[in-house]
Amino acid sequence: MENKQLRIALAGNPNSGKTTLFNKLTGSNQFVGNWPGVTVEKKEGKLIVDKEVVLTDLPGIYSLSPYTLEEVVARNYLIEEKPDAILNIVDATNLERNLYLTTQLTELGIPVVIALNMMDLVKKAGDNINVKELSRQLGCPIVEISALKGDGVKEAALAAIEAAKNGKTIPQHSFSGPVEHALAHIEEVTVHNLPEERQRWYAIKLFERDEKVVESLALSDEIKAHIEKDIRAAEKELDDDAESIITNERYIYIGQMLKGIYKKKGKGQLSASDKIDRIVTNRILALPIFVVVMFLVYALSMGTSIADGGVSIGTFLTDWTNDVLGGAWLTDGSRAILEGWNVAPWLVGLISDGIFAGVGAVLGFVPQMLVLFLMLCLLEDCGYMARIAFIMDRIFRRFGLSGKSFIPMLVATGCGIPGVMASRTIENERDRRMTITTTTFMPCGAKMPIIGLIAGALFGGSTWVATSAYFIGVAAIIISGVMLKKTKRFAGDPAPFVMELPAYHLPAWGNVLRGTWERGWSFIKRAGTVIVISSIVIWFLTSFGSVNGKFGMVDDLYEDETVVTDEYVAVVADRMGVPEDEVEPMDDSILARVAQPVSVVFKPLGFGDWKPTAATVTGLVAKEEVVANFGIMYAYDDNDGEEELEENGDQIWDRVAEDFNAFSGGHGKLAAFAFMIFNLLCAPCFAAMGAIKREMNSARWTLFAIGYQCCFAWVMAFIVWQLGRVFAGGMNVVGLILALVMLALLLWQLFKPYKEAQKLTVK
Amino acid sequence: MKTLREAKVGETVKVVKLHGEGAVKRRIMDMGITKGVEVFVRKLAPLGDPIEVNVRNYELSIRKADAEMIEVE
Repeated sequence: MENKQLRIALAGNPNSGKTTLFNKLTGSNQFVGNWPGVTVEKKEGKLIVDKEVVLTDLPGIYSLSPYTLEEVVARNYLIEEKPDAILNIVDATNLERNLYLTTQLTELGIPVVIALNMMDLVKKAGDNINVKELSRQLGCPIVEISALKGDGVKEAALAAIEAAKNGKTIPQHSFSGPVEHALAHIEEVTVHNLPEERQRWYAIKLFERDEKVVESLALSDEIKAHIEKDIRAAEKELDDDAESIITNERYIYIGQMLKGIYKKKGKGQLSASDKIDRIVTNRILALPIFVVVMFLVYALSMGTSIADGGVSIGTFLTDWTNDVLGGAWLTDGSRAILEGWNVAPWLVGLISDGIFAGVGAVLGFVPQMLVLFLMLCLLEDCGYMARIAFIMDRIFRRFGLSGKSFIPMLVATGCGIPGVMASRTIENERDRRMTITTTTFMPCGAKMPIIGLIAGALFGGSTWVATSAYFIGVAAIIISGVMLKKTKRFAGDPAPFVMELPAYHLPAWGNVLRGTWERGWSFIKRAGTVIVISSIVIWFLTSFGSVNGKFGMVDDLYEDETVVTDEYVAVVADRMGVPEDEVEPMDDSILARVAQPVSVVFKPLGFGDWKPTAATVTGLVAKEEVVANFGIMYAYDDNDGEEELEENGDQIWDRVAEDFNAFSGGHGKLAAFAFMIFNLLCAPCFAAMGAIKREMNSARWTLFAIGYQCCFAWVMAFIVWQLGRVFAGGMNVVGLILALVMLALLLWQLFKPYKEAQKLTVK
Repeated sequence: MKTLREAKVGETVKVVKLHGEGAVKRRIMDMGITKGVEVFVRKLAPLGDPIEVNVRNYELSIRKADAEMIEVE
């Protein structure tokens, strides 16, 4: 017993100062992860006052009902892991609703200690709470704290440790006669073999007909019928359903208890927070203020760099990282050093062009992301994020999304990775998964060159192509949202419908900086490993291949005249369909060889040629690679003194247009448009996929999201190409029929009636 | 029967009964909207839905579709 590690759970309502208290109690000894199988974040830490004690931060919850994921996670932990004590943080300015959770926690048979937060604010308002009496009535010790200032935090921790060692909490509240009568019966017939201190919780849950508890106890049908009779009797007598009876009586109990304890003086006055909110969510001003806030978030993090007359610190630092740190130091610098050491050229290529170029690309995003996350954490911490959901809810809930989905979508127009990560502020798991799945449909900054290339090469630089790209992105999100919310996969969880609008307060800088860093670091770690590996793979695929029966680096093999004979060049030229003087080492790379057969997949979309196929595949590393690869494949040589390839590749526009027209049978524009649609909507780059995996916290959901994106992109491009040819001539009857069938299925899914689910299906 | 949906901005109403069942009803009650409690309708969102109410001394936003389940007087 002596060296058993004590475990304390920190429980409390959202917005009660729980995160602040957790940070104050554990300092830097934290481990952040996820609760198994779900996207709810799990934090643990060792107490500063006693390093032997582990504190687990439960999700912020209002109740222990079985209906929201956070509540299920929290109660599973409390019931199954049985921590030695619960430290319950209670917001004194919001006592009634906070104590509602407390009445449930005290029934679990685990010692409870209350940390009464924000007492200073209550006193400042002229109110008074008789803490001693409250403690006596609730049957558990109470420590007054100010989590923000750190007052009483140490005492609360010590009290919790003391309770964990030899405390006992017996629920003091009782329900009305009929309910207690039923509870006594239920206890007797079902749970008398469980430890005494847990019997009451189980009895209450059985009374509430809590499906998850009923299931876990595996009661016989006979017993179930027996207790059902008891429940029915109480329901009849009190004229309400069992669950509501319990909820109601808890609040009645709290109300009566507080009558003698909570003395209110300053009634009816508007607090500072109320005054702010009158302006910020004012019917007329709310939307303009919202637009300004969003504009500032965007402009500061990803807008025009301060070096170019904008205000963005993020872009400025990112440009610097990309050009100087990533480009010059890492890539070129490492190459110079490695060559100086006479390292084998293939190894130099791998390290400099493969790994360092890849890492550099990831590092480049970090400053923008840190600035962005900093602002999102600020919005979250000061209370504005909840107002965004309040303002935008009406629009987004139609698409199965949340009002808070707006931020991920906006951010994704800059970069999909932070867009996906910004979905973390959405409480409801279904909305969050939906947002993660659809966010990367927004055309991100790296997709802009693709749009530029297509618009320039085939549409004479027409601006409607770029405009249509945004339109397609938004439409894809809306269509997907409406369709997916009707599928079984997403129908499971009920949507949120009641949300607290917490009081505004000055941000706690410790929380904000910690939150920013946690997100930034998790990006560097996860996306970093993904992109390094994928960079190596793609580098390998483009650099190696088999030339005339010999396997090796294609560049080296092409130097060897005995391998690359004139007859062999003729064979390659024939295979690739190019003149002999345009045959390149890359034509023999594994990528080109693989892309050739893979291009069959894109035949029905109009661009089944190896070049667009190879570009699409390499686009998975980073979307910028698409145009860069077009540059290589359409023989733009940047080594013979010409200027570098423009971002939108305007030097190769003629060749691209010619080629697209050639392999599409004269429908180059249509094929190019289908190519653009596919590349805009299909799976994002590997780094964004890494972010999706991190946020989904489930291989199954990650595969679903990426699979869905690819299928959706394919179907959209297919419909455009097949239907387009009806008008452009060269119609394919089979293709047209298939396209019409797909379109019909899509419309059916879009317009079929839909009813919101009422039950949570997760375990 | 009057519901919270029909209550006007600036009005204080008293909850008489909650209709419906399951997760939605439980969540509304968990948030403190129970029989007999006073609810002050603070404002309407800029796009007309949801509404913001003050209950048990804190601010709560609730969709009109759900407010319809709450009978008030």
